[in-house]
Amino acid sequence: MDDSLLRILTPEVIGVLVRRGADFAGAEDAVQESLAEAVRVWPDDPPRDPKGWLITVAWRRFLDAARADASRRHREARVEEEPPPVPGPAVDDTLQLYFLCAHPSLTPASAVALTLRAVGGLTTRQIARAYLVPEATMAQRISRAKRIVSGVRFDRPGDLATVLRVLYLVFNEGYSGEVDLAAEAIRLTRRLAAMTRHEEVAGLLALMLLHHARRPARTAADGNLVPLAEQDRGLWDTRLIAEGVDILQAALARDRLGEFQAQAAIAALHADARTAEETDWVQIVEWYDELVRLTGSPVARLNRAVALGEADGPRAGLAALAELDPALPRHTAAAAYLHERAGDLVTAARLYAEAAGEAPNPAERDHLTRQAARLRERAG
Amino acid sequence: MAKYLLLKHYRGAPAAVNDVPMDRWTPEELAAHVQYMRDFADRLVESGEYVDSRALSPEGTFVRYDGEGRPPVTDGPFAETKDLIAGWMLIDVESYDRALELAAELSAAPGAGGEPVREWLEVRPLLSDAPADAE
Repeated sequence: MDDSLLRILTPEVIGVLVRRGADFAGAEDAVQESLAEAVRVWPDDPPRDPKGWLITVAWRRFLDAARADASRRHREARVEEEPPPVPGPAVDDTLQLYFLCAHPSLTPASAVALTLRAVGGLTTRQIARAYLVPEATMAQRISRAKRIVSGVRFDRPGDLATVLRVLYLVFNEGYSGEVDLAAEAIRLTRRLAAMTRHEEVAGLLALMLLHHARRPARTAADGNLVPLAEQDRGLWDTRLIAEGVDILQAALARDRLGEFQAQAAIAALHADARTAEETDWVQIVEWYDELVRLTGSPVARLNRAVALGEADGPRAGLAALAELDPALPRHTAAAAYLHERAGDLVTAARLYAEAAGEAPNPAERDHLTRQAARLRERAG
Repeated sequence: MAKYLLLKHYRGAPAAVNDVPMDRWTPEELAAHVQYMRDFADRLVESGEYVDSRALSPEGTFVRYDGEGRPPVTDGPFAETKDLIAGWMLIDVESYDRALELAAELSAAPGAGGEPVREWLEVRPLLSDAPADAE
């Protein structure tokens, strides 16, 4: 069964239950149970009104659990059998769920897990597999997160910035196994963008689309990482690029720049170049200047130094790099690259080998090791 | 989140503070030690940070390829091998500091005299699976 409909309906149904007076944690559990029930029942007996079906089943599950809970505590159930008729707009409910699941009181990992379950409609098992931890561990992570946000009022506007950070974290996880987290992050961000007109939501969506468009070119058939300059641009997804650029331009036109729009602008400039040589590095440096101004991020400064090396020559890049903390992630790799561009192959080879030892993941480590080997061969 | 491997050594780590070999512990001391480890793992499941843990036999064999059509060559165990891993625990935590905190807690498992063993555990970060697309 295609579970995409179920996953779209998940946050809406949780929202309805919460509006009827259910607590968030109880509503979330009940809806997960109704989803499992739907997976069992729907293939043989598809409902005419899927959302109504889920609401009915989830509400019944919620009442059962609340009653069991109440009798355990020897207290009377305070929940009404007949739900009060408050059919709220589904859009607002879903938006509130985004805020709740990314509440600033949660750690990033908890917010990610809760968002994937309550907003994304993934099962605990799927989330556990995506993050390579046992299901029991992920279940605990989620229930702790639910306890932490249990006192948060559902009707207050939340912090959009933390929602965007959570979605970006999910996106960067890529895909391992059965769940494509990058695609899931795009789906959730798309939905968020449809509910708000915030420029940074559009900026994040554009950034994701532009990066996702390059995914087919990022890995070679042998599994090796292919750097941007060497990617087969014919493999880039032009439809995603066009969509990303449109969304970005509409956001930029509203003249409220933010970090995600700036990052998307850089990705768009790369997407715009038919060959690596045609890349407009001068404009890219300008966008990195904006990004540094907006965030003060040392990573942005590092990327700016590399871009400057392309725009004004490797010596300028190395000079910019020299002003930064050498302990920054990928500082050594950037130095290796700029030394290679400057023609100092011996230094570059040594730095590539050193950078390989500091690489945060095997794909980058292997790539940097190959660079070192290639230059050693050339330098003789 | 990042995953860290906490490695316990039979040999190769500096000596523990409470350095009495396990075969000289009383059965009660051994039981208390094992219970501590179980409770520790349970707490990590509760906190959403547990991934896996296993103990390894001290007996091991070195193996290598010996050419087409030939059986693998085996050797060992080598008495002079400096390093011998006793077991590991894999955790998934928010920060490096949290990994250190948990390793220290694990190192406080009770040993001889009911006192913490205070053995040295090795903390090794796992490389991540999610490569970034640098531009």
